[in-house]
Amino acid sequence: MLTLLIPLIAAALLAAIPNYRLSANLNVLASLLSFLSAIVLLFSRPPDNQYLLIDDLNIVFILLNTFIGFTTSVFSASYIAHELETGRLTPRYLRFYHAMFQLMLLGMNLALLANNIGLMWVAVELATLTTVVMVGIYRTHEAIEAAWKYFILGSVGIALALFGTILVYLAARPVVGEGMDAMVWTSLLAHARAFDPALLNIAFVFLLLGYGTKVGLAPMHAWLPDAHAEGPTPISAVLSGLLLNVALYALLRFKLLLAANPGAIAPGPLMIGLGLLSLIFAGFMLYRRRDIKRMFAYSSIEHMGIIVFAFGMAGPLGNFAGLLQMTMHSLTKSAIFFSVGHVAQVKGTQRIAEMGGLTETHPVLGWSLVASVLAIAGLPPFGVFTSEFLVVSSSFAREPLLAVLVVFGLLVSFGALLWRVTGVAFGEPRGPTGPVKASYLPIFAHLSLVLIAGIWLPGPLVAWFQHVAAMLG
Amino acid sequence: MPHLDFDVAHTLAGLLVLVSFMMLYQDRLYALLRVLALHAFVLACAVAWQARIQDAPGLYVTAAIALGFKAILVPWALHRIVVRLGIHREIETVVGIGVTMLAGMFLVALSLEVMLPVTAHANPVAREDIALALSVVLIGLLIMVTRRNAVSQVVGFLSLENGVDLAAAGAQGMPLVVELSVAFSVLIAFIVIGIFLFRIRERFDTVDLQALDRFRGERR
Repeated sequence: MLTLLIPLIAAALLAAIPNYRLSANLNVLASLLSFLSAIVLLFSRPPDNQYLLIDDLNIVFILLNTFIGFTTSVFSASYIAHELETGRLTPRYLRFYHAMFQLMLLGMNLALLANNIGLMWVAVELATLTTVVMVGIYRTHEAIEAAWKYFILGSVGIALALFGTILVYLAARPVVGEGMDAMVWTSLLAHARAFDPALLNIAFVFLLLGYGTKVGLAPMHAWLPDAHAEGPTPISAVLSGLLLNVALYALLRFKLLLAANPGAIAPGPLMIGLGLLSLIFAGFMLYRRRDIKRMFAYSSIEHMGIIVFAFGMAGPLGNFAGLLQMTMHSLTKSAIFFSVGHVAQVKGTQRIAEMGGLTETHPVLGWSLVASVLAIAGLPPFGVFTSEFLVVSSSFAREPLLAVLVVFGLLVSFGALLWRVTGVAFGEPRGPTGPVKASYLPIFAHLSLVLIAGIWLPGPLVAWFQHVAAMLG
Repeated sequence: MPHLDFDVAHTLAGLLVLVSFMMLYQDRLYALLRVLALHAFVLACAVAWQARIQDAPGLYVTAAIALGFKAILVPWALHRIVVRLGIHREIETVVGIGVTMLAGMFLVALSLEVMLPVTAHANPVAREDIALALSVVLIGLLIMVTRRNAVSQVVGFLSLENGVDLAAAGAQGMPLVVELSVAFSVLIAFIVIGIFLFRIRERFDTVDLQALDRFRGERR
């Protein structure tokens, strides 16, 4: 419960503190405390009630969420100092920014902890609203356009998800009985066998469309690149690394519900289809990107495609691969946004054409960008390679044709990413080459975790993920 | 009098679908906003009736929100925004009114066809309510995709949301309905304030979404 209280109190405090240095530090402190409280949850779990629940599935998400929330707050502290100097943000907006940052973490943690489909919906809505505000915080034409687009598409997604939630309640009511119990995960799951399958099917279609919009799956992805490109970079990191996962978590929960009902459609093929579509579509879109943050946003769509594909394939191995891929993607993609944020600050632009020779002018920053792009493209020895290898090999064993499509999509995006990053990192230096006051700690922390995971996955972690994968069916 | 309960609930829900159709053929913004107010008013009546027949006092709160916030405050705020922004009073549509109406009828038929068989075992009141609510949701989506003007797209979204509210009220004994409708009202308030803030900052010359797209094209 502490995981929820800390962001709430911090948000209120941060809204009241005018000094930005103090509030940036407080933001870091609050995020660290949330992370620590999440670790405590790992060892001592409070019993579930009608509103909150901690089980083996969501603890993975909560730990990842609070950890990246913490590292992002560290990055954010150095990022915003620069934004203040260049006058893109004023102290008043920063106060607002920090309060919103904690509220957003609150929304995401609440969505993950919720034992109640209604409460989860409200939490996802809270996270959406706060991120919309953050995306539009620069108040440029592009930023407001991006925020507006995100807002409208996100709201429609959320409305459809609520409709799906109501249908799930309707399916549960005759079995579980009227009242709160028919919205509680644990009791829903226990009784899912007896639900009306037809109603559950329709509910899942709405939920897939609704929460799928927030995951950024291909036909509903239009908000994602704009929102990533125009908001402050810490928010891009949090959007890619966390918010997409939260929506994915919601989908996984509902998938469990369907899996428990013998008469319902198998959710797998739907997820596999959308996943593959996102993967291949985003892979091709990567080639035409001229804005560096927009490019990595498409790379997020691609990876969410792989993850949804893996969970759609299901089975112990598919789910394991999906979980690992999700963890690795969150860590790597936020590391990329951390370095891209500093790069864009040095160059004063996000246009790829105006960046070059980064490894010469800013060796540390340049090489860490290269390393993280190699990692996200799926090269060994990084962890993304391990998980992508697992995704491909597990699907080869069962559906070789689908595996070929996955490999094709991976290769397409691999080419695009390498092509773009060589232009940015090597060759003649282009654009301003001023010094950079970067915080490398978050980047290195994420990259080394990804590297360690690629070389050697600790036994307890493997056992833990295997257990969760078995739970996901 | 279960028959009367059912008939009134059914009439009110059907009326909501009818008002959704009225939105489809409006080509003036002010008229559209008046229809939006009517839409929310009908919703308030439908929810209040559900509160009565289900004996669920919480739903009266939802009905009151629908009446005070959605039927009065939001249309009034949007009206003021339209005046102060000097937005075109005419609504540009993507396709003709006739085609849109036909598509709307198709959507109603679709939602009845989809929802009625699967809810065969449910209570008849809930069953009709859900099917009609889905029609309202789909017509709301249709309004959003066939309009170019941002305010009318927002109106489409609001009618979509009214449909979701109707479904929530119709699902008997659903807990948290009040909380959900409050959360949704916050979302709506954000949208309305959002449009308003754009004006204050004078960042946009237009809220026509097509112009926004053009603008981004220029940047590349």
